[in-house]
Amino acid sequence: MTLETFDLLIIGAGPAGLSAALEARRHGLSVALLDEQRSPGGQIYRNIDHSDPQRLAILGADYQAGLRLSQAFMACGARYIAGAAVWQVTPQKQVHYLLDGRAYVLQARRLLIATGAYERPMPIPGWTLPGVMTAGAGQILLKSAALLPAAPVILAGCGPLLYLLAVQYLRAGIALAALVDTSSHADALRAWRQLPKALRGWRDLLKGVSLLASLRRAGVKHYRGARDLAIEGEEQAQALRFSSGGVERRIPASLILLHQGVVPNTQISWSLRLQHHWSSEQLCWSVERDAWGETSLAGIFIAGDSGAIGGALVAQQQGRLAALAIVGQLQRLAAPAIEALAKPYRHALARQLAARPLLDALYRPPLESRVPADSVIVCRCEEVSAGDVRQHVDLGCLGPNQTKAFGRCGMGPCQGRLCGLSVTEVIAERRGVCPEQVGYYRIRSPLKPITLAQLASEPTASALQESL
Amino acid sequence: MPADSLFRQLPTDAGLLSIEFDGQTLQVPAGVSLAAALLASGVRRSRSTPVNGSPRAPYCMMGVCFECLVEVDGVPNCQACLLPVAPGLRVRSQHGARSLSPASALEEHHDDA
Repeated sequence: MTLETFDLLIIGAGPAGLSAALEARRHGLSVALLDEQRSPGGQIYRNIDHSDPQRLAILGADYQAGLRLSQAFMACGARYIAGAAVWQVTPQKQVHYLLDGRAYVLQARRLLIATGAYERPMPIPGWTLPGVMTAGAGQILLKSAALLPAAPVILAGCGPLLYLLAVQYLRAGIALAALVDTSSHADALRAWRQLPKALRGWRDLLKGVSLLASLRRAGVKHYRGARDLAIEGEEQAQALRFSSGGVERRIPASLILLHQGVVPNTQISWSLRLQHHWSSEQLCWSVERDAWGETSLAGIFIAGDSGAIGGALVAQQQGRLAALAIVGQLQRLAAPAIEALAKPYRHALARQLAARPLLDALYRPPLESRVPADSVIVCRCEEVSAGDVRQHVDLGCLGPNQTKAFGRCGMGPCQGRLCGLSVTEVIAERRGVCPEQVGYYRIRSPLKPITLAQLASEPTASALQESL
Repeated sequence: MPADSLFRQLPTDAGLLSIEFDGQTLQVPAGVSLAAALLASGVRRSRSTPVNGSPRAPYCMMGVCFECLVEVDGVPNCQACLLPVAPGLRVRSQHGARSLSPASALEEHHDDA
């Protein structure tokens, strides 16, 4: 008796994972897809199957577009394992996961990591206070629980999601206390140098322009070029302080939603020791992969934002392309047929990636909220400040694993997800080297909390043998 | 929805259910995550940190930040944002560092005394 085996195991039910499943099923592969949520869609199309007309109207057309994808997936014949917490992935392509408190393991012939993105940490004074959440969290509460801010809310930071959420709140009749924007007209001027290349992605650019126009029309207080953001409060957020245009401001609010872009969720790829490089455009790690998405470990692929940020449409093309490559590797179709099928996806991908360099330049988060002042907490779990990390560098620490050993930074339950990028950049700045030289945490399983009893519940190959 | 909640809910068909939070009975929306249910019913603080005891509440709502860790039916360190709320859940907030004896064991001991 061996482990249950699938031609393709996919981790993540966002646009990349769902598209890959559709393409692989179309060519007859056996597919299982594991996802942490209870229904398909990832974060972008979260809860799309259960949304009601009112919420669909608030969330808009880009969200509604996920419905077709998720319905096609549910009908495609892939095994869908919802609510699964993947806690270990091995280079031998075994995926270990927890489902309702029990441990299971599956074997893949080919593996696709499609774990998407999460929001870049935004370490500013007071960001750990209750009442401070991410803009993504605000949107998730709307998508999955129909919850809206009860009182005027502040949105602060930068990036398309911040504007999108502002517009969605306006549609829902929610008052915005302020939109405190860390990007400025100067950023925009710099970014426009990318324009000639970006014009192929004009649809994406128009979207951003129309979001901003809606905010202007609605009379939202939009402060640009905001600096020195700090949240006031003892037990609970009470106000946001910042400066904009040389004026110090303080705006009271009990709910403050922060956002400064999204970054790849690299937890699994780091745990597999895949090759990563520091992207100086996106200010985060990206995973090395070929034009099909295959990583430095043969047979392990990455599609979508978990490799590098490209957005939902890019993720769909990359999912399709990875699946096609896998169909080819498993010899279901010959190379010329694969190439022919891949062609339209490649064209769409090039078009959808065109605006990305401009977006990256336009919404580049400022240094002060990536490499914060000494007093600001970077590691929320263990409450380690940027100053502590700098001190450890001065004592001779060269990278995040050493500062972790010196001061527990990154040692808490989030395993560095909320401090990893800040710590790499803080160390790089202190040492005067580039982040690539500093590296990242050595991520190990368990990637999710698992008890010994749960671990013991995992059927091993030998235990299965004995039971038969 | 309680007056002190940071959120209000749009009308849905899902209705309400009751759970227990730190010994109190809460009426919360059905069909949402436990973290969303707690936020909707006015819970502002779901844990305090092991190091300084500072107050924390759900932050990312997508399983990344681990700020929403709570004890559910005796199992500590559950990510409330990933757990569907269900009638009768017994939820306890986690405060400070974990002690050698789990909180539930202490409680049993206390009951015996």
